[in-house]
Amino acid sequence: MPAKELKITPIKNGTVIDHISNGLALEVLRIIGAHTLDKDSTVSVALHVRSNKIGWKDIVKVENMELSPRKVNAIALIAPTATISIIRDYKVREKRSVDLPERIVGVLKCPNANCISNQPEPIESEFEVTNRHPVILTCAYCDRETSDFLHHLA
Amino acid sequence: MSLHGRDLISIRDLSREEIEGILAAAKKMIPYAEGTKVLHTLADKLVAMAFFEPSTRTRLSFESAVHRLGGNCITIADASVTSMRKGESLYDTIRMLSSYADAIVIRHPNEGAARLAARASDRPVLNAGDGAGQHPTQTLLDLLTMQEAFDTLSGLRVVLLGDLKFGRTVHSLAHALALFGCEIVLTAPPSLALPDPARRRLEHMGAHIREEADLRRAIRDADVLYVTRIQKERFGDETEYREVAGSYHVDADLLRDAKPRLAVMHPLPRVGEISPEIDETPHAAYFRQAFLAVPVRMALLDAILAGGRKGG
Repeated sequence: MPAKELKITPIKNGTVIDHISNGLALEVLRIIGAHTLDKDSTVSVALHVRSNKIGWKDIVKVENMELSPRKVNAIALIAPTATISIIRDYKVREKRSVDLPERIVGVLKCPNANCISNQPEPIESEFEVTNRHPVILTCAYCDRETSDFLHHLA
Repeated sequence: MSLHGRDLISIRDLSREEIEGILAAAKKMIPYAEGTKVLHTLADKLVAMAFFEPSTRTRLSFESAVHRLGGNCITIADASVTSMRKGESLYDTIRMLSSYADAIVIRHPNEGAARLAARASDRPVLNAGDGAGQHPTQTLLDLLTMQEAFDTLSGLRVVLLGDLKFGRTVHSLAHALALFGCEIVLTAPPSLALPDPARRRLEHMGAHIREEADLRRAIRDADVLYVTRIQKERFGDETEYREVAGSYHVDADLLRDAKPRLAVMHPLPRVGEISPEIDETPHAAYFRQAFLAVPVRMALLDAILAGGRKGG
């Protein structure tokens, strides 16, 4: 790769989240829980990078970590254009787009403050994807619809 | 599809055919609900009434329904005397109840509580109202009242008046009216209008739906005027409440130009929305509506617990 394109350093093992909608990298870091990572792991963030695919994008690289399905779902909600690459020994071993499943569990809080899922009950929040373009989720408990995911991440 | 062993959480759990089946069974239950005939299909059954919010009609009509079918009830009528006061979760409370009773009827102030109860219980759960959410058995008795008055549901023009935002009965009812091809006329103050997602869902079903702010104009060609209570606590300002409440008062003068067969309905309790002078007119359907709660709930309990035997 020519040096002038090397915006952030390569990682040996870990995950690269690319094609994040411009301005949302810090939210992705929050989902990943970057502050909880191994102290020897590097986290690199590139903001406002040119992209042929989506115009401008953000990139997040996290060393020594692979994302849980739950975190991938959360990223899919706020950054549906993102791609996730698993890096092992500096090579991309797996690359995929984020994809919304039919049900989203434990990722968002229901925006309805009076929903039973916001009470101290031994349950997780649960939403059904009732529309994909644009994405609309419906609470499996109270039926409230939401399309504002950024402000309701659990 | 049989209702035996099923939960009833939302009116959306039922198809039009299932609703028609329940209404037909409920109609046959009327003499049993009146006590002129006797039925014991629930003789070996115990139904738990889990009421975590005040209720008069809903709880008593459910209890009447169980007793009229020869069954027995155990009742939580006041959540403050249960272990929930010590911090026990609703989930655990329902899980325990489901090991005592054959079915659970729940009313709770939080939306989605009935859905949670259905997950916690391995016995059928019937939603008797969850917050501003669903109240499917109220919808069924509303439909039976209309069907009894007009011999049909399809094509009726129904005015929904009052609090269309927080009133749980109207959301369930509007869905059912749309299923039966009724024309829905919405009359509400702007601050209590039907929420957009609810309206979108109705439109998605192909509902004939329109708004009419002028109540007198709304009821001119209406078959049913469905009045809901405007709750004072929803207004920050007492003056605003008085203006709104006053503009939706149903009295003899308002009904002067209405169809002679217009049925005025109300889930009750009424707090000044309908003048007592309407009570003795042919328009008053709300007391009949309150009675029909019993045969409807009998039909449901019978279908869910006894598989509909003898009741159908």
